[in-house]
Amino acid sequence: MKEFMMLFRHEPNPNYQPSPEEIQASIKQWQDWIGSIAAQGKFVSTNQLGEEGKTVKPGNVVTDGPYAELKEIVGGYIIVKAANIEEAVALTEGCPMFEYGGHVEVRNVMQIDV
Amino acid sequence: MGYSISMEKSTLIPHLFRTEYSKIVAVLCNKYGYAFLEEAEDIVSDTFLKASSAWISGNPPNPAAWLYKVAQNKALDMFRRKKIFQEKVSPYIKEQSALPQDIDFSEEEILDSQLKMMFVLCNNELPPEAQISLALKILGGFGIEEIAHAFLTSKDTINKRLYRAKQKISSHPPDFELKSPQIQQGIESVLRIIYLLFNEGYFSFSQTQAIRQELCREALRLGLLLTQNPLTNLPQVNALVALMCYHASRLEARAQSLNETTDFEEGHTQPSNPELVQKGDEYMNRAAHGRVLSKYHLEAAIAYWHTQPESEEKWERILQLYNLLLQVEYSPMIALNRTYALAKARSVDQAIKEALKIKLENNHLYFSLLAKLYESKSLKKSIEYLQKGLKLAKNEHDRVYYQKRINALKKEGS
Repeated sequence: MKEFMMLFRHEPNPNYQPSPEEIQASIKQWQDWIGSIAAQGKFVSTNQLGEEGKTVKPGNVVTDGPYAELKEIVGGYIIVKAANIEEAVALTEGCPMFEYGGHVEVRNVMQIDV
Repeated sequence: MGYSISMEKSTLIPHLFRTEYSKIVAVLCNKYGYAFLEEAEDIVSDTFLKASSAWISGNPPNPAAWLYKVAQNKALDMFRRKKIFQEKVSPYIKEQSALPQDIDFSEEEILDSQLKMMFVLCNNELPPEAQISLALKILGGFGIEEIAHAFLTSKDTINKRLYRAKQKISSHPPDFELKSPQIQQGIESVLRIIYLLFNEGYFSFSQTQAIRQELCREALRLGLLLTQNPLTNLPQVNALVALMCYHASRLEARAQSLNETTDFEEGHTQPSNPELVQKGDEYMNRAAHGRVLSKYHLEAAIAYWHTQPESEEKWERILQLYNLLLQVEYSPMIALNRTYALAKARSVDQAIKEALKIKLENNHLYFSLLAKLYESKSLKKSIEYLQKGLKLAKNEHDRVYYQKRINALKKEGS
């Protein structure tokens, strides 16, 4: 089994203020999806990223916002175990990101021997 | 000490053995070091031997104090034979000049000694089955035969296991102190051993009900011991105690429905002991402190919801807790239970889809789950899955269960 990282990318919508119920429903959706991967024994780790962010460039140039030049941001990630990238891609099925108009980038995690 | 003097000698000594054996061994080792473990056990066994002949004419007014005194004298006698003292004890005690005449058997000293002993025995350098056997023998005062019985193995195997483990402790006596950093480091493996001990009693059907209850009771007692010292009274400790209380509340109900583990539906019988449920709630509240969300918190919360009557919320909560638990620790059983909860909280169709993804095809419980999920969809498929489960079942008990289910479904279908 190799490890793959899924990056959840989406364009932030500053006008969208979800209600507590909507937030709850969204947590359930994400947890069900992650739980489904974990039930297959393929879960490694995950993190959700917040809105706060700065970008640091050489020469200690700090700009606001996590987005470099792009409009979209990384909202979080999950690391999964899969035999190959095709299997990792198949695990994105049912990912709530698609419903929110975002997309999922699947990348292999490099094992570097030091 | 509150032991009633009217207690018959024939029951008093075994009773004291259970409670006092571990205390005296722990106190002796706390004082003279863990290299002294083997000798400490011998001293306490000799002490009980002496009691059984000395008390024939009547029990002493304070039997526990009598045992402490005799054990202390035996220890000091032993030290007169210098070899043991020089080799094993002298390097351990700091002020060598003062060979203390009086050993402190105060309640506080006993508790601290027992806690230290728990950390010393539940040591990850020993194999888990050695840790459990040591815990039963030294902390629980279980006999070799009882331990062998509990693990369905021979006395010889247990003796060897204990011998090797004690050799290891003796040759590298740990220098454990009841202080926060050391506790933080060791608590995980202490809890794991208590948890395994409890599960051994709770989930095994190959033992008698009496042994199972003894194992569960001992695990619970060890958990409660940890809650008595502020340093070890940690949230995850309370969570484990809550988990054990909730499970224990269903021990009797489980004994009546013999297929709880195999049959996913039967696994949710109502508790038979409301008092233990209440105790569980109490420890659950105490566990809800700090930032630690251990697997024991999650499992205790699941067990809590299982004590609750059926409702939509119940299964939604259980599903979400299983989702989290799987992220902390994967096990096939958790994956299967999560899938069953999905069927209850969402739909059977969704659960079937997920079940087919988890592919635990060498686990008979996987097929038991699929059979259960297909019951309302296709009797034919359900029977097929039960037949697969039957082929993989590991013991007679489960085989009988599958055969019964198959017969019942065939009858239903005809």
